[in-house]
Amino acid sequence: MKSKKHTEEKIMKAVLGFLTLVIVIILFSIIGGIFINGLPALNWEILTQVPKGGYYFGKEGGILNAIVGSAYLAMGASLIAVLISIPTALFIHTYLFSHPGWQKQIRLCLDVLWGVPPIVYGAFGFNLMLLMGWPTSLLAAMITVALLISPVMIRSMDESLQHVSSGLYESALSLGFFKGEIGYRFLFKQILPGVATAFLLALGKGIGDTASVLFTAGYTDYIPESLTEPAATLPLAVFFQLSSPIPEVKARAFAAAVVLTTIVLIISIAARVISNRLSKNRIL
Amino acid sequence: MYFLPRATVEFVRGAWMKAMLAVIMILPLAIGFSLLYKSSPLLDSNVFFNVLFSSEWVPMQGKFGLWPFIWSSVIISLLGLVLMIPLCLASAIFITQFSPPWISRALRTVIDILAGIPSVIFGLWGIITIIPFVSDWAKAAGAENTSGYSILAAGLVVSVSVMPFVLNMLIELFESVSHELKEAALSLGASQWQTIKDVVLKKVRPGITAAFTLGVSKAFGETIAVLMVAGNVVQVPRGLFDAGYPLPALLANNYGEMMSIPAYESALMFSAFILLLIVIIFNYLAHRVIRYYQDKA
Repeated sequence: MKSKKHTEEKIMKAVLGFLTLVIVIILFSIIGGIFINGLPALNWEILTQVPKGGYYFGKEGGILNAIVGSAYLAMGASLIAVLISIPTALFIHTYLFSHPGWQKQIRLCLDVLWGVPPIVYGAFGFNLMLLMGWPTSLLAAMITVALLISPVMIRSMDESLQHVSSGLYESALSLGFFKGEIGYRFLFKQILPGVATAFLLALGKGIGDTASVLFTAGYTDYIPESLTEPAATLPLAVFFQLSSPIPEVKARAFAAAVVLTTIVLIISIAARVISNRLSKNRIL
Repeated sequence: MYFLPRATVEFVRGAWMKAMLAVIMILPLAIGFSLLYKSSPLLDSNVFFNVLFSSEWVPMQGKFGLWPFIWSSVIISLLGLVLMIPLCLASAIFITQFSPPWISRALRTVIDILAGIPSVIFGLWGIITIIPFVSDWAKAAGAENTSGYSILAAGLVVSVSVMPFVLNMLIELFESVSHELKEAALSLGASQWQTIKDVVLKKVRPGITAAFTLGVSKAFGETIAVLMVAGNVVQVPRGLFDAGYPLPALLANNYGEMMSIPAYESALMFSAFILLLIVIIFNYLAHRVIRYYQDKA
């Protein structure tokens, strides 16, 4: 009886370990596959030039338009998302401090929003854009992506706020501070690492998301100079160039994928480092 | 410190907070209504269920049957789910229960990195890694479509792209089981695996269901990765090696042409609405289950 129990344990441990190993292998095959296919096509010219005449037939040029477009888009969207998220997250924990029922409803709403697919946001952004009479532009794309990443941002700030002891709020309130003041002057400082992590994760999501900007960003070979101009993004550059039958253009899709993967990896590692480094010093 | 009276500043601050909260709370309704409004021309001239369950998709003749797309999406998501369950459960158990701390930390990093990888990269990986495999299998199985761009490939890719999302939830879930409970089982002579099988898994079963429900709804909405490997042929797929055309891919592929035919746009907006509806229902149910058990714990 005893030996059976132990054999079962050993077998299960091996099986579980093996299945876990499969996930690690998948990660390496993704990153390895992208880099092996992309690195040969990657060169300085691709990173520093916009597409020139005949680029889509395999002639000269690069994907600078997409790199800069993605950077603008992700930064702009994350900043708009911060303007939406910080007040909302703080509101839940100050004005609604003694209304757990409301807090619960809001969280449910945010969680459901989190699950709405990017392509649906894209269709909504497109409708919004037509309603406002905007052309396909950087601004329309920024707003769409900002709405997409706000729920995630609010939820992750909300999670960090839940770890701040309620004594801080109560004692500040008893000292005569207004609720909003407590939010911005005390609670906000406590969750600063959480905010930094949330910002970086949202930035990564903003750079990587394809479906939501498909309708709204348009695509252009030039670097956008104002908010009302269309913009190219890296995921769309990968997607469009991959469908080309010309091998040189296809190779550039992989090069663009390498750039995209590298940016996203750096951001997600930075987010981890920041959250580890800063949360060590937190008192409450 | 302030140039304005404190109360005024507080009023502005409070108003801004409330306005932003209102934006977020109205957003789901706004999305739903705008999509429904845009799709109303189609629903005026067609019966709701005809649009859903007809498989005739001929935009030029004004025939918009969404059934092939809905069916493809359902099959791909379910396939993704079936492939995802063993991997996710096994590694969540391994990471939280068996592995030494340093391995567990390393594996969490792996999951975080996977979670950050954009959809388009998963699709690209599918094309270079999964498609050749599936193509070989299709040849070996004697299927009609041997290109590899198929329901099966889409299911494989979607299971990988949704996995980190589900895994994170499962890990959190397994960590929420109290140590006392496990220690009690172990002290009664149960082996570690017996404890996991008979105590931990039973305790978190509803949570597991909820996590996988959320996973399926995420798989349902996955767009670019699936679009790149599913083959995109308008047909009701009959086998695993047939090409499919999932709902999100329909939207993503045709947004450029939709302005040219009037009813086309409303058909696409209607498909977005269906997508939204399904995902919201799934999410709502799953979160209700999670909440219920969180409150009980």
